[in-house]
Amino acid sequence: MLDFLNGWGLTLIIFLPALTALVVMVTPNKDEENVKIVGLIGAVATLVVSIVTISYFNFDRAGQAQFVVNRSWIDTINSNYHVSLNGLGLPMLLLSNVVIVLCIIYSWNHWPEPHNPKAVLALMLILETGMNGVFVAQDLILFFVFFELTLLPMYFLIGVWGGPNRQYASIKFFLYTMFGSAFMLLGFLALYFKAGRTFDIDQLIANVQTAGISSGTQSLIFGGIFLGFAVKVPMFPFHTWLPDAHTEAPTVGSVILAAVLLKLGTFGFIKIAIPILPDAAKDWAPFIGVLAAIGIIYGALGCLAQTDMKRLIAFSSVAHMGYVMLGISTLTSYGMNAALFGMVAHGLITGMLFFVAGSVKERFHTLEIARLGGLLETMPRLGWVFGFATMASLGLPGLAGFWGEFPAILSAYNPAEGLNVALFRGLMIVAAVGTVFAAGYLLWLYQRTAFGTQKDEWKGHHFHDVLPNEWLAWAPFLAGIVVFGVWPRLMYSVTDPAVQVITKVFGG
Amino acid sequence: MLINQFLILAAFLFCAGAYGVMVRKNAVLVLMSIELMINSVNMNLIAFALKNDNIIGHVFALFVIAVAAAEVGVGLAIVLLIYRNRRSVDPGEVSEMKG
Amino acid sequence: MSVFSAFSAGGNFASEFGLSTGGLLAAGGETVAEHSSSAPWILAHAWVLPALMVAAFVATLFFGKRMKFLGAEFGIVSSVATMVLAIGGVIQWVRLAPGAHGEEVAKEEAMRAVGAGMRSFAAHFAGEEPIKLRDPIERSVSWFRNGSVDIGLGIHVDGFTVAMLFTVAFISLCVHVFSIEYLRGDKRFTHYFAALNLFSGAMLWMVQTSTTLGLLFGWELMGLCSFLLIGHWWEDKTNSDAALKAFFTTRTGDIGLLIGIVILFFAAGNTFDMAAINEKALNGGINHATLVVAAVALFFGVMGKSAQFPLHTWLPDAMAGPTPASSLIHAATMVVAGVYLFARLYGVFWQGFSITSGGMNFGSWIGAITIVSAAGLAFVQTDIKKVLAYSTVSQLGYMILGLSVGAWVGAIFHLVTHAFFKALLFQASGSIAHSGSHHSFEMERMGGLRKYMPITYRTFFVGYLALAGIPIFSGFWSKDEILNAADKNGFTLAFVAGSLGAFMTGCYMTRVMAKTFWGENRLHLFHDDHDAHGAHAAADDHGAAGHDTHAHDTHGHDAHAAAVAHDDHGDAHDAHAGPHESPALITGPLVALAVMATFVGFANWPFKDFLFLKRFWFEKNIANITFEETIAAAGKVHPFDWGVAIPSIILAVGGIAVGYWYNVVKQGDLGLVRRGGVFGLGHKVLKNKYYLDALWTDLIIGSIKGPIAKMTYWFNQNVIDAVIDTAGRSAAATGRGVYRYIDQGLVDGIVNGAGISASTGGGVLRKLQNGKVQAYAATFLAATGLIAFGLVLFL
Repeated sequence: MLDFLNGWGLTLIIFLPALTALVVMVTPNKDEENVKIVGLIGAVATLVVSIVTISYFNFDRAGQAQFVVNRSWIDTINSNYHVSLNGLGLPMLLLSNVVIVLCIIYSWNHWPEPHNPKAVLALMLILETGMNGVFVAQDLILFFVFFELTLLPMYFLIGVWGGPNRQYASIKFFLYTMFGSAFMLLGFLALYFKAGRTFDIDQLIANVQTAGISSGTQSLIFGGIFLGFAVKVPMFPFHTWLPDAHTEAPTVGSVILAAVLLKLGTFGFIKIAIPILPDAAKDWAPFIGVLAAIGIIYGALGCLAQTDMKRLIAFSSVAHMGYVMLGISTLTSYGMNAALFGMVAHGLITGMLFFVAGSVKERFHTLEIARLGGLLETMPRLGWVFGFATMASLGLPGLAGFWGEFPAILSAYNPAEGLNVALFRGLMIVAAVGTVFAAGYLLWLYQRTAFGTQKDEWKGHHFHDVLPNEWLAWAPFLAGIVVFGVWPRLMYSVTDPAVQVITKVFGG
Repeated sequence: MLINQFLILAAFLFCAGAYGVMVRKNAVLVLMSIELMINSVNMNLIAFALKNDNIIGHVFALFVIAVAAAEVGVGLAIVLLIYRNRRSVDPGEVSEMKG
Repeated sequence: MSVFSAFSAGGNFASEFGLSTGGLLAAGGETVAEHSSSAPWILAHAWVLPALMVAAFVATLFFGKRMKFLGAEFGIVSSVATMVLAIGGVIQWVRLAPGAHGEEVAKEEAMRAVGAGMRSFAAHFAGEEPIKLRDPIERSVSWFRNGSVDIGLGIHVDGFTVAMLFTVAFISLCVHVFSIEYLRGDKRFTHYFAALNLFSGAMLWMVQTSTTLGLLFGWELMGLCSFLLIGHWWEDKTNSDAALKAFFTTRTGDIGLLIGIVILFFAAGNTFDMAAINEKALNGGINHATLVVAAVALFFGVMGKSAQFPLHTWLPDAMAGPTPASSLIHAATMVVAGVYLFARLYGVFWQGFSITSGGMNFGSWIGAITIVSAAGLAFVQTDIKKVLAYSTVSQLGYMILGLSVGAWVGAIFHLVTHAFFKALLFQASGSIAHSGSHHSFEMERMGGLRKYMPITYRTFFVGYLALAGIPIFSGFWSKDEILNAADKNGFTLAFVAGSLGAFMTGCYMTRVMAKTFWGENRLHLFHDDHDAHGAHAAADDHGAAGHDTHAHDTHGHDAHAAAVAHDDHGDAHDAHAGPHESPALITGPLVALAVMATFVGFANWPFKDFLFLKRFWFEKNIANITFEETIAAAGKVHPFDWGVAIPSIILAVGGIAVGYWYNVVKQGDLGLVRRGGVFGLGHKVLKNKYYLDALWTDLIIGSIKGPIAKMTYWFNQNVIDAVIDTAGRSAAATGRGVYRYIDQGLVDGIVNGAGISASTGGGVLRKLQNGKVQAYAATFLAATGLIAFGLVLFL
């Protein structure tokens, strides 16, 4: 079994969804159930394979690459099909596979309009291929291909199944991300030519140290890669595509976008930008830190001004990803662990919030905060689930969000050697103030939507409380939020060894 | 060996043939002029073959004679058909090739 | 010191961490510090107490609604069990043998005292049996690891913890019992109990955790429960506003707490362990400047949670919650979390605030201001719960003041005594609302209740005397210790403020007595117009939505208890029934608390042993001796002094006398304050709560929520997004331009040009193709000639 997984495990995880997408596409549309079942089976099979693979993962050596496959792919540019798994990619890989399965379960009976489960399923599965690929790719070109592969399905999900302003949002999403990616690709190419004509991440890490690239050039290369990832994260001031994309996207689109797609950017920073170009990372760190801190406050203020629930949640992502980026910018193990934890926690929590928003929208056909109110009265269970996610999102200790927030603040007090301590301590205070803002916008949202009594316009309407398939889709999220919150070791034991490898360069 | 005389003769014959091809009003004469040109080429071939002591020239000459014979056969047949259709063998009057 | 060995022993997990996911889920194993391996069971397993309450929370949440008593049984059973364990814990702690360190210190101190006769720890207890200094019991498991730093999750059980566990468990049990009757019929009865259980669990956890991080968990979870309970009747916007306000204000203070925790984590060498932090702080292992910053930062957290001026405004609003919850959370336990933190990290504050210097420090200023300002506000409240709330703020000021002037034992002693008598006062006021004033807390509707509610009256009277600081009752002993230390340690201003506070407390509490229990009952005055009654109550700060619908027979039990509930009471609980005594489920807890409020003060009997009273029993057996040692070594521990006690008694009695004269003799003639002038102005300022609410809510929060947020969003949409949109639009415009002029004009022009020239050229050339063989031959010949010519020419 181990031999098989060593050779084929990751490849199977990557391409099984794409294969399923093909099968879904050729399944006759006559019987919709069949289409859905085929899609679900494919996603579940992928999840099972990834769980089995992870169960063979050697957690004692979580810092090292495992299940390595390295085959030649494009010889002319020395790019290989090189995939492997370590502590950085593992949680994200699992998250991505879980999220897709749960999204399919969630949409089982209510597909976004225009109704076309076949296409939505196929797109989601292709998306899964892209996401899984990103988390295991060890070759920059391979990484880039998967990174870009995620764009297209999301573009269609937003553009076809989105809200009224979907075309604007989808185009903006697509072009903005592409714009960043172009610079990223330039950076990759520069690395290729400057550091020994290879796209292999491991080799580049070694080569850059010895290749004698001038620090100015390194900084420039980092800048290109930074732009690509910063747009994806998204960091202030590259965030404006996010609220539009989230607001217009169908529920599952929002969930996948928040839970996994945003993490491709931060993951890229930790996996690629910082290990390959540590010196440039140090030059850029204060800048990134400042942008992150601005993002925290700015996102929160943006939230306070929103009148649409989903747009508010979208804006909160800007603030939360600010904590993640602040953690990364300290270049310390505390910060990176916090960032990785924050990525998973934000995925679960914001994903959950978007699920709730989707369900509210489905029942009320509006997300305008002023028209909602009294959710706890009309749909107590939904209201409590929403409250739970809200509390998790504002970083209540004991729930997952806390571990993304507090260690990030902690790490900013003592950034890596050579970084401006006074600056980072200032950022720490800003980040700490941000926690109050987070409580502010989230609880204010909760007060306006869940507390109070039902608005008159809905009198006489009957609303379903949480439906069985919603429970099924949400339960793993809710459980995950509690489990990770109470027992952070689950994450730390996986990510810490890998993080230590990266931060060794910075002296811890 | 003197080659110039052969070449000059051949050139003369070629020019005569070319003139005949362009101006004759009778297709049979045009064909004959073509033969003249071909033979001038043959003469050149043989002359150079002799000069360079190379058999290939002779071979080519024989080959060309064979082709010329075939060509005359085909050409005469065409002329005959044209005559049968048009009651004339003036190439200037035939412009079906304009397409 | 052995304190650390437990922590480091807890860190040995690298090898234990499994080979597969099995290892991931393993609890990491328990490690027990070597010296506590034989520790008494309850002390070594103190985590069982919060675990029980959390289990009750989970059970109530998931199965509560299906149970016979709607989930209350889970809470009752666990709080009884917790109570039993807490008592067992106290007994086990008291019977615990002194640690090696303790005996050593005692001997050393005794020798020093004999030699120099100095005012030291030993002199304090001169001529007595050696003090039993017990080592804390520490246990820890690895929570997570970051590189070589192991973050533990552990418990640190010492006398202070045991005292807190007992106090919290006792009051929690009383509140659970009280609530069964008080909230009967409430539509969210089950949720109420679930939140109460979770709260108790969090508090019990907070007082025993060994790390600042663990403390933060308990701290914030209590904040959550407070939020849930204040906003229990969330249909009404004033209630949810109060809940949000409480959460925001404490969170604002928590900025400081977070920063303080972070600073101390690094300063103490990558550890959250509080014992280690204290040790380092007292040893000089952390530089002074860092300690000052850390202490000030942490103090902001304390101010938020323990409602110190000017962050106290949330506490009176928090009275919107059900009264038993107010009693437990917003009087007795949660609000002392700040004080607890102060006391637990005393090493940091001791150094950071330079308490030995005897000059007024940040803490003593805030404490002094809080005592007086809150006591002032208590005078103008017409709502009995609000008077008690401001009184709580004022008493918390005493605790903070006590800690800031070096009265460590005094402060935590006051914490304990206050918890009992304030819980008592709140529950008694709940009893009044329940049976005496139709669910209103307006004192205008009470009066003369002494006749109707004898048990409530007597128990409330006990609480009144304890709060006013009349000897024998518990409040006196603890307040006196604080004032004594303030005086002796050179904090004159703090002493003056404290004494003034004692006077004011006696005064405003007498006003409450006069308005509620003495005189004539005024409830019938409000019977004439029930509709007006409803409107009136709704206008109260914690007024209620319930009134609109059921003005007649549900003036909301604290607002919302359903009409049905009142039929269950069985004692003709009707709107027109007069005031009467509450049932046993309510008076029982009152009596229990009254007993405690009377006698708990004797725990620290300051005189020679007398019958069962042991001199300084609390201080010797319960108080965490580590800090007392430090304080004593600095000469800041002082014996009881009649010179301080007698004036404070006189002041308290004087306050009561003035209050009696004004409220009973003069019948509360408000002409004095209504007449304008200085009194009128003062009255107005107090009525408006020093305009602090206007500052926080309207100015700061309002501006952030409104204009600032809107401006930011405007900036986002019209600047940043506009840049992006403009980029997009101009790209699109450029595209159109390129298409029209370059693509269509130039590139396509070239293509088209090629076509046109080809066709023109063809038109010319086609003339060559005349179909005439001879013409072709001529062309061919000419061309061949040209080529031949070229070849000849160029080769």
